[in-house]
Amino acid sequence: MSSSESNPIRDAIAEAIAEHKVILFMKGNPEAPACGFSARTVAALQSLDVPFASVDILPDPRIRQELSAISNWPTIPQLFVDGELVGGCDIVTEMYESGELAQTLGLSDEQQAPAESLAGAVQPSSGLTQIENRLA
Amino acid sequence: MPTAEDIKQRIEAAIPGASAEVEDYTGGGDHFRATVTAQAFSGRSRIEQHRLIYEIFGAEIGGPIHALSLQTKID
Repeated sequence: MSSSESNPIRDAIAEAIAEHKVILFMKGNPEAPACGFSARTVAALQSLDVPFASVDILPDPRIRQELSAISNWPTIPQLFVDGELVGGCDIVTEMYESGELAQTLGLSDEQQAPAESLAGAVQPSSGLTQIENRLA
Repeated sequence: MPTAEDIKQRIEAAIPGASAEVEDYTGGGDHFRATVTAQAFSGRSRIEQHRLIYEIFGAEIGGPIHALSLQTKID
């Protein structure tokens, strides 16, 4: 509607999506998911040993509002790869089980095998920091 | 608060030829799981298939309907 108005939260979200190959918007964080759907999505990503950025949407309801406005997707979590919405928990789980998730993430079958450090696979998102900074 | 039957009927009314199975999996009237089969999904990505269903409920998703877990199948 009022595209001329500045919308720092929406801009920060769009920037975070653009800057990270794999980014998950979730409730809580990968170490402590605050919802079963977020937990299941994190588990799928971690079992592929893929690095991903994450943003906790809980600290401010506007993050979820703006995210859903950008993605045209009503629920959390939301996984983006290469700037595109892949889906929420249902789609990610389905794709994980069929092997499509590994393909979307650009992993070959061989690369999926040894999971060394799951904790090391989680990158802090600069986007999250920016969003938090703007809310401070 | 919608029931599983309400949700089933609304999906089937909104998407021509769709058949839906809906369960209230916590029994609390706000967490639902739906399997929807429709010819209308043909040629659409999973994201688009799920959006067709989410659009039926609009702001109720995340409101009175806390969760609507979806699985879509093409008829």
